[in-house]
Amino acid sequence: MAFRCDIVTQERTVFNGEVKSVSLPGSEGRMGILPNHSPLLTTLGFGEVIVRDAAGGEQYFAIGGGFAEVQPDHLIVLADSAEQAEEIDIERAEQARARAEQAMKEGVAKEDPDKYAQIQASLLRAQVRLDVGRKHSGRQRREMATGFSQPRDEDRS
Amino acid sequence: MATERELKKRITSIKNISQVTNALAAVSASKANRAQRQVEATRAYAGKAFEILHNLASQPGVGSTGHPLLTVREEIKNVAVILITGNRGLAGAYNSNMVTYTEKFIRAFNKPTQVIAVGRKGRDLMIRRGYNVVASFDNIPDAPSILNVTPISQLVTDDYLNGKVDQVFVAYTDFINLISRRPIVKQLLPLKPFDYGKMAASEYVAHVDLSGVSERVYSYEPGPADLLDVVVPRFTDLQVYQSVLEAQASEHSARYVAMNNATDNAAELIEILTLERNKARQSSITSEILDIVGGAAALSN
Repeated sequence: MAFRCDIVTQERTVFNGEVKSVSLPGSEGRMGILPNHSPLLTTLGFGEVIVRDAAGGEQYFAIGGGFAEVQPDHLIVLADSAEQAEEIDIERAEQARARAEQAMKEGVAKEDPDKYAQIQASLLRAQVRLDVGRKHSGRQRREMATGFSQPRDEDRS
Repeated sequence: MATERELKKRITSIKNISQVTNALAAVSASKANRAQRQVEATRAYAGKAFEILHNLASQPGVGSTGHPLLTVREEIKNVAVILITGNRGLAGAYNSNMVTYTEKFIRAFNKPTQVIAVGRKGRDLMIRRGYNVVASFDNIPDAPSILNVTPISQLVTDDYLNGKVDQVFVAYTDFINLISRRPIVKQLLPLKPFDYGKMAASEYVAHVDLSGVSERVYSYEPGPADLLDVVVPRFTDLQVYQSVLEAQASEHSARYVAMNNATDNAAELIEILTLERNKARQSSITSEILDIVGGAAALSN
């Protein structure tokens, strides 16, 4: 028994395929989705999405907020940001977290609640990416150890 | 008549220019293509988000309490127009067409209007024509990410929520294909999930089958109103993002056409000048021969 799962962001489709179960960071708590789940709309928090396919393989994604629709035969995650564990550049995530932490410490943001929330969100996002990236990507770690990490497109331009 | 040397010089310089325009045309074609692919990639999210929006907005107790971003105000006092143009010229009539069209729209709508200019060309033209330009975004890169454009939607959403404006439009050039595009003005706020033809970037949700969507029963976590608070701003962000990408695809395609025309014109000019150069060369040879013949004749006499 399998169902279809799509993970999309505003910019692209990150994953789609037939899966056996999915575990999601719902805003009200973690939830596991199996086939024939009753229809549900939920907002999402920051965290890890674990997708198990029919062959028993697992894929991991770091997502940062958004919402999801569950149908008996279909799950669609509309995330604000989503990255597969292997795509995560740990070095960059580390830098992003350091930047957000710095901004938090400086405290300038506190006078502006919107800005504060924004920085808090980027700190959370960076933390989640780090956690998921560290946990699952041996490849990335080796690259870091040898110091040969490919620059990403956006860094180059 | 110009000498052969002068003509030769002109031909060389025109050849150089046509090489530049030819290269720019090729670059613009591929950039237009990329922008178009990028906006196509938003379709999956847009369609689903729209479906969910539709369902949420038709839930009893949500539609009636009225989400502020979905409620049409009775009295429209001020409006805002987001005008998306390019930062650079060399794109034929792309920028001026967009501005002229927007001007017509503002005049027809006839309410005090704030212009939010995205792109330097539109900003400068609107200021010169005496419109009230309240904000300018001129640092949107090619192939932007959604984070590059969210400040725009944030600004208009804030202005809308605190009552500075009562209706928000987005004016951009809709990309049709590499050789055609058309300027349009669509409504951004309030969002009208039941009247999507008037929405910005509506072609990306037109494929959604909405029959039965509003009757679908879900359990909502946390609740339909809270979900709507999450979905609506994201949908607005996405519409602005799509509009910017459409405009970029149009700008690049307009530049492609303009540069293609320039290359063609250069080829034509080169042909004409080459003919003239040959004539000039021929006439100088003729006159030299005449000189020699004349000289020889004078000597033999």
